[in-house]
Amino acid sequence: MANALVFIDNPGAALKKSSLELLTIARSLGETAVAFTGELNDDVAATLGAYGATTVYQPSVDDLDNYLVGPKAAYLAAAVAASGATAVLVDNSPEGKEIAGRLGIKLNAGVITDVVGVEADGTAHKSVLAGSYNTTAKATTPVTILSVKANNVEPAPAGAATAPATATVEVPAEGLANSARIAARTEKPVSGRPDLSEARIVVAGGRGVDGDFGPVEELADALGAAVGASRAATDAGWIGHDAQVGQTGVTVSPQLYISAGISGAIQQKAGMQTSKVIVAINKDAESPVFEIADYGIIGDLFKVLPQATAEIQKRKG
Amino acid sequence: MKIVVLVKHVPDAQFDRHITGPGNTTDRDESILSELDEYALEAALQLAEERGGPKAGNEVIALSMGPSGAVNAVKKSLQIGAYSGVHLSDDALAGSDAAATSLALAAAIRHISADGRPVDLVLTGMASTDGETSLIPAQLAERLQFPQVTFASSLEVSGGQISARRDAGAFSETVEAQLPAVVSVTDQINEPRYPNFKGILAAKKKKIAALSLADIGVDASQVGLAGSWTVVESAEARPPRTAGTIITDDGDAGIKLVDFLAAQKLL
Repeated sequence: MANALVFIDNPGAALKKSSLELLTIARSLGETAVAFTGELNDDVAATLGAYGATTVYQPSVDDLDNYLVGPKAAYLAAAVAASGATAVLVDNSPEGKEIAGRLGIKLNAGVITDVVGVEADGTAHKSVLAGSYNTTAKATTPVTILSVKANNVEPAPAGAATAPATATVEVPAEGLANSARIAARTEKPVSGRPDLSEARIVVAGGRGVDGDFGPVEELADALGAAVGASRAATDAGWIGHDAQVGQTGVTVSPQLYISAGISGAIQQKAGMQTSKVIVAINKDAESPVFEIADYGIIGDLFKVLPQATAEIQKRKG
Repeated sequence: MKIVVLVKHVPDAQFDRHITGPGNTTDRDESILSELDEYALEAALQLAEERGGPKAGNEVIALSMGPSGAVNAVKKSLQIGAYSGVHLSDDALAGSDAAATSLALAAAIRHISADGRPVDLVLTGMASTDGETSLIPAQLAERLQFPQVTFASSLEVSGGQISARRDAGAFSETVEAQLPAVVSVTDQINEPRYPNFKGILAAKKKKIAALSLADIGVDASQVGLAGSWTVVESAEARPPRTAGTIITDDGDAGIKLVDFLAAQKLL
C-alpha cells in the first residue's frame, strides 16, 4: 500500500524538474506510487525508480488527452483506490489544480492548492492574499490532495533505487461523459527559454520598454532566465499574453526577479513579491516597485540592461 | 438561454487585506465585486443580447454567496446589466472552503433551475481575487455533472453546444461541450462595460432573490467550517518587504547590477 500518489501527466522523454520535486516530497510522506499518463519510456521509468516509486499506474485507455480534465480526474480517483494512497500530489498548473478539484469531490477529500511546503503529517504551507500572509492548512479528510508549486524543494533521488512495478488502472467510463472535448489543438512556438512558472530567474519588462523587448530578452538569455511582462506590455501587444506576470497572469516565485520599466502596480506585485531577490530598473524614482526591491536602479533600462548583459558575457568569458 | 454568472464580493486588493478570527478567514470589510467576474458578466450579457435579450426569454442572473455585504456584488452586477440577482446568505456558510462552497452553489443552481427553466450555462471568472484557488468551476462542474470549460478566451454558443478557445500551456485549443456547462473566462475575452446612469437607475427596479440554506435544501453541517474538508490552522502576516539599496544610474549601473548579482551568488 502506498502512502503518497504522484500524478505525472505526459512527461514525454524526460521528467520535468517539477515532477522530480513532487516525487521528492512524496517520499517524505511514505511509500510512493505514480499515476502516469502517456508513453512510459525506459529513461523515465528508470528515473521514477531512482526517485523511489514502487508502483507506476497507467490508464486503460489512451485518449485522456482528448478531453478537458474530467477523464484524468476519474483515472486518478481509480488510481487512488488501487494504491490506497492517503496523499495525492499534483503540479500547480491550471490543469493540475482542476484535476485536484474534481478529484476532491469524487473522493470527499480536502484539496489545498498553491502549496509551497509539505510536512510529514500532510500539513501544507502556502502563501495567500498576494503573498501578504503565510498559512498552514490541513485536510480533515482521510485523503489529502495537494497541488504543489515548483521551485520549493531540491529534487533528490532516493538512497536506493527501486524497480517499480507497473499496473493498469481501468478508467471509469463516466469520466468521458460530461466532459468537454478538445476539437483542435495547435502547439505554440517554443522559445527555448525556461518555462516562466518554473524559472529560477525571471526578467520582466513593462510599459517602459515601449514596444522593444530586445534588451529584456538579451539579459534573460545571458542569465538563462525566462521572460515576463506586465499587463500593460501584453495588452499593448508587445509580447504574448503567456508572458504576463501578475494576478491575472502567471504567478512566479523565482530566486531572482528583475523588473525593467514596470511601475509595480498592485496586480504586478501580487504576482512576484514572493520572489527571493527583486531587482528593479525604472526611470521614475517614485515607482512603487522601489518600495519592495532589494536592489533598485533609477535609470534608463535601454542603457542599464545592455550594459549588464555585456558585463555578464564578459565575466563568463 | 438561462445564464447564471457567479459574482463574488472580495476585499479590495488596493488596500491591505487581513485574515482574522478562529477559522482564519479573510476580513471582508472594504469589499468590492471581484474584478475578474466582470468579464464573465460581460460574456453573459453579450450571449443574451445576441439572442434578443430579455424580450426573447433570455436570462442573466448574478448569483453571489456570502454575508450581508455580498449583496453589493449582486447590486453592482445589476447596475452593469445583469437582469436579476440571487444572494445566497446564511450564517452557517461562513468559513466554507472550496468544496463546501461548490456544494452550496450547486444547490443554489439546482434551485434556480427548479422553476421549469433549467440553467443552460454557468459563467465564472478565471479566479476570485481573494482565495485565487480556481477550484470552484471544476468542483461545481463535478457536483452538477456538467462539462467544464475553463480559461475561455472566446466562446460561441449554438445549437445546444458551446465552443471555446483557450490557451493551455504549450497549446492553443478549441474545445466543445454540450450545454448545460460551467465555463470560466479569462480577462482576455472582452472589455467589460461600466454601469452608466441609466443602468444604475434601472438596477433599482430589478429583483434580488434572497436564499437561505433551508431554501436550497442544504444542511448547516454540510457547509461552513463544519462542512469544509480543509482547515487553515494558522495564518501569519508576512513582514512587508522593505526597500533595499537604491542607486541612480551614473553610467555604470549595469556593472553595479552585475556586482550585486555576483555578491548574491545569482550569476
